[in-house]
Amino acid sequence: MGVFLLRRLFQAVVTLTIVSLLVFIGVFAIGNPIYVLVDPSAPPHVVEQTVKNLGLDLPLYQQYTRFIQAALHGDFGTSYVHAQPSLRLIAGRFPATLELVVAGLALAMAVGFPLGLIAGHWPKRRFSRAISTISIIGISVPTFWIALMLIIGFSLELGVLPTGGRGATRSFLGVETSLLTLDGLAHVLLPAMTLSFFPMSLIIRLTRAGIREHGKMDYVRFAHAMGLSPMRILLQYMLRNILIPIVTILGIVFGTLVAFAVVTESIFSWPGMGKLIIDSIKVSDRPVIVAYILFVVTMFLVINLVVDLLSAALDPRIRLAGD
Amino acid sequence: MERLRTVLADRGALLASSAVLVMLFAAVLAPIIAPQNPYDLAQLNLLDAGVPPISRSMDGQLFLLGSDEQGRDIFSAILYGLRISLSVAAVATLFAASLGVSIGLLSAYVGGYADAALMRLVDMQLSFPAVLIALMLVAALGSGIDKVVLAIVGVQWAYYARTARSAALVEREREYVEAARCLAYNPLRIMFVHILPNCLAPLTILASVEVAAAIMIEATLSFLGVGLPLTQPSLGLLIANGYPFMLAGKYWLTVFPGFVLIVLVVSINVLGERMREVFDPRVDA
Repeated sequence: MGVFLLRRLFQAVVTLTIVSLLVFIGVFAIGNPIYVLVDPSAPPHVVEQTVKNLGLDLPLYQQYTRFIQAALHGDFGTSYVHAQPSLRLIAGRFPATLELVVAGLALAMAVGFPLGLIAGHWPKRRFSRAISTISIIGISVPTFWIALMLIIGFSLELGVLPTGGRGATRSFLGVETSLLTLDGLAHVLLPAMTLSFFPMSLIIRLTRAGIREHGKMDYVRFAHAMGLSPMRILLQYMLRNILIPIVTILGIVFGTLVAFAVVTESIFSWPGMGKLIIDSIKVSDRPVIVAYILFVVTMFLVINLVVDLLSAALDPRIRLAGD
Repeated sequence: MERLRTVLADRGALLASSAVLVMLFAAVLAPIIAPQNPYDLAQLNLLDAGVPPISRSMDGQLFLLGSDEQGRDIFSAILYGLRISLSVAAVATLFAASLGVSIGLLSAYVGGYADAALMRLVDMQLSFPAVLIALMLVAALGSGIDKVVLAIVGVQWAYYARTARSAALVEREREYVEAARCLAYNPLRIMFVHILPNCLAPLTILASVEVAAAIMIEATLSFLGVGLPLTQPSLGLLIANGYPFMLAGKYWLTVFPGFVLIVLVVSINVLGERMREVFDPRVDA
């Protein structure tokens, strides 16, 4: 365990170093942000002063060491546009994204598991076939198309749900959330549904495949032979065994959803991290871009670690490398 | 040839391949088929702006799928958009495949530390979602057609490298490679002339799926406004441009390009899946 964690820590440091280097070279060697920040018709000495203030006149490697030193102190630079520390800016937007992802994942599980169980238990029924078809569509249809269809259906035709924004929020443990107000819930529903489509399809497919696979195993046959009720076998015996791989995959999906949230947030004008990065790319707000990338990479490293630990805890057959 | 027939024996695959073929032709022949050149301002008439599908323009021309706020025929715009989307994907796939396959083959042939390091890099990259990496690359590089191609290559080389490496590792141990080595052929020649042709089956299947992924990545980036510039309206950009008008009830600006994009991507995926079933019997149908 200790060796495993140490190794992962080392890998994480290497990954972050490589990514920071690549990002830094990419972001700082290409494109000039100065005319985004200063009116191109400004007098030359103003431009020069701004360049100096931001340290853009230094050689690249000095800019990098300056950046790394500051980054290790939690300072990723000040956003050119928002005039706020970029890390704080991202951290401020993170709860909104997290809320969306959690809502989407919860929705996916609430709908996906029952449908997957049904489709796996009665594979021949027409309803089950319909579920399987929907799950295939859900995996191949792009996020924005689902969003457009939902907006056309619920907002334009029925007129029951808003097309964008976050709605009213309420403070919970110091964090603003939309999940506690009725207006906020109405706003979160469409983006969360959009986001839930992909993980829902995945859960349906995995549950269905798992049920069908485990249905042929000895322990299920014995349970049937003992005369246990099929519902009990399904929910108490099979579901438990199937859940192990699904839980680990859901961990990875969580990260993927944070990435997909970029599209969803842009469509629904949801004020999360994703919308922030898109807006920042458009005006080449370098500190925010660099901070975002390193933030997301770190998040993924943490998620992957948690997933590995979790799957080892859930399934005693899995051994962590280095144990 | 017989295998190709087996692929097309499936009704879904036949439908999918017809859809792909039709779209390929439509994209290539866009300037001939399209009723107007949607980006020649002289052919646009503001009086035709925003008409719904199947209506006539002021001079009697048919707007099959409606027009946008500048009187541009959406059907023509889709044909031209398809052209741009497909060419970006094709160029990106070409580069990504060449780069990835070369790295994969070298990695398999050289082995040792270089191989381990390269595969670590591939593992690291594949643990992140493709869209996110593409977005990061565009964030770092900036937007524009060349940057989008570069981003797609940056995302996809890893898949080709991994597949090429694993296929080449198997082939490397075969007798014909041994024979070629005994003849003292140049290692590069052995890799690319002897080993590569025998690795093509899995690579072709991979490429078909990755083309669809490339189309999707470009569309997503363009939809988000960080992909292609406004002067090169791909399908994704058409969808994005039409989106604000959809909220005003002009659904055709965004629904039709979106529909074409989905049919294209899903068809390619169906075809790829079917090819995998036929060429790789280990995967059950």
